[in-house]
Amino acid sequence: MALNNIYNDILMEHNMHPDHKHKLLQASDHKTAINPKCEADEILVKKGLNPSCGDEIVLEINVVNDIIKDAAFNGQGCAISQASTDIMADLIIGKSIDEAIKLTDLFIDMIRGEETDPKKLEELDEAMALKDVSHMPARVKCAVLAWHTLNEMLKEKKQK
Amino acid sequence: MNRYKNYFPIMRRNSTLAYLDNAATTQKPDMVIDAVADYYRRENANPLRGLYELSQKATDAYENARKKIAEFIGAAKAQEIIYTRNASESLNLIAFSLSELLLQPDDEILISIMEHHSNMIPWQQAAKRHKAKLIYLYPNEDGIITTAELKNKISDKTKILSLTQISNVLGSEQNLKELIPIAHAHNIVVSIDGAQAIPHEKIDVSSLDCDFYSFSGHKMYAPMGIGILYGKEKYLEAMPPFLTGGEMIDYVDEQTATFAELPYKFEAGTQNVGGAVGLAAAIDFIESIGYNKIIERETELSHLAGEELSKLPYITIYGSNNFSAHHGVIAFNIENIHPHDVASLMDSGNVAIRGGHHCAQPLMRFLKCNFCCRASIAFYNDKADIKQLIEQVKYIRSYFHGVK
Repeated sequence: MALNNIYNDILMEHNMHPDHKHKLLQASDHKTAINPKCEADEILVKKGLNPSCGDEIVLEINVVNDIIKDAAFNGQGCAISQASTDIMADLIIGKSIDEAIKLTDLFIDMIRGEETDPKKLEELDEAMALKDVSHMPARVKCAVLAWHTLNEMLKEKKQK
Repeated sequence: MNRYKNYFPIMRRNSTLAYLDNAATTQKPDMVIDAVADYYRRENANPLRGLYELSQKATDAYENARKKIAEFIGAAKAQEIIYTRNASESLNLIAFSLSELLLQPDDEILISIMEHHSNMIPWQQAAKRHKAKLIYLYPNEDGIITTAELKNKISDKTKILSLTQISNVLGSEQNLKELIPIAHAHNIVVSIDGAQAIPHEKIDVSSLDCDFYSFSGHKMYAPMGIGILYGKEKYLEAMPPFLTGGEMIDYVDEQTATFAELPYKFEAGTQNVGGAVGLAAAIDFIESIGYNKIIERETELSHLAGEELSKLPYITIYGSNNFSAHHGVIAFNIENIHPHDVASLMDSGNVAIRGGHHCAQPLMRFLKCNFCCRASIAFYNDKADIKQLIEQVKYIRSYFHGVK
């Protein structure tokens, strides 16, 4: 398989220049904040770990009235995991919790090779660029790390 | 293709493959594959207990392999050779049974920070079971445990030293002839993890005078699933069994059992006779090449790979600057590119290397790198493989660097 299908422009761009790799400001910092999107509401934080390679991300989302107003991440990992996280943040900002859960499920199904219908996958927008990771079993965990973490985070939030 | 690669069917099928993951497992030569297939074609039966000719053949194949292995590593007696699945199982056996025999609360076990998880986790577990302490030896910048470091860490509570001979990340070899006598002078039992050493140099357990020596077949051209534990008879006799069940018993009552003699006491269940035959064939293979030739080629290629990689300013190499002392193992990082990306992109140029923590997470933290790439050389590799590796490193760097 040609690896430039995976290490394509979209992935390389998100890896080298992530838009969302920073810390979200806490509500208490808000008065002096320069980040106008971050409203004085709850910030959820969850750590995702990939024990097989030691990759670690910390995902933060700002939820206001069930809508994900902002998302950010920090941590270290390979190009696939870093780009995948940044692409995910782009995709879920502005979505409701239920929509975001649906999208993470869809992405994980795509990477596992369980969902291949291009029509359905269109919803994933740029995240479709990671589709070929489904042919690289050793890298599946890299691609889904952030999506799993978000999925768990949102399900925990709903249970509260 | 060089004449050594020609012994390996995988190399013949894929002549442009630069296989540089030999520290993970070596490829298998025809001689080994044929020996295993012949065993199953001609001699297969359950050994040790069948009262018929075929079972006797299987038993002979199994025991002749044991004798060959004993001779190969300089063991005094064949019953000091215990078959296991791999070095991990050998080390688990020692950590379980020797700890049962020796450890009291507050006793100390010495290992180094360079241990593969297989010579670390079994001792963590043993320490937990016996309320003992696990104490670490730290290497100098060349990856060497000095005699001063060892003396410094030995206390009157130290009972066991379990040490890797050659690090699977740094490629550094410990000076066992200096370290083992110091441990013995303090009545410390010494176990050596030789998984990364035996493919690269002649091992003589009698002259090393180690009490235990563990290795895997699959890293020395034999099939996967066969490993060896060498142990001095006096310890093996005294130690309780590890795995129990069929073949390892003498007399069994409803509530109690007595155990078989060595080596069978430690070989529960039907054994991997095909693997043992394959390991014996791998020994023949190594002897037909000769360790002198193996060392000559691997030293030259380690030196070349280290020198060429270190010319690139964006490369960090771990371990000694004397690349000839790396025993084929060159661990490195390309600045700002994750090893998993490097390994995946290497694959696109038909170069097989490993990327990750190499089952040595505490060592990675000690080296402050978390993960790295590892190219590991065997004698059948050649200069063209190293050239392919270097070209691929440059390509990957430009691929990432090209994104502004």
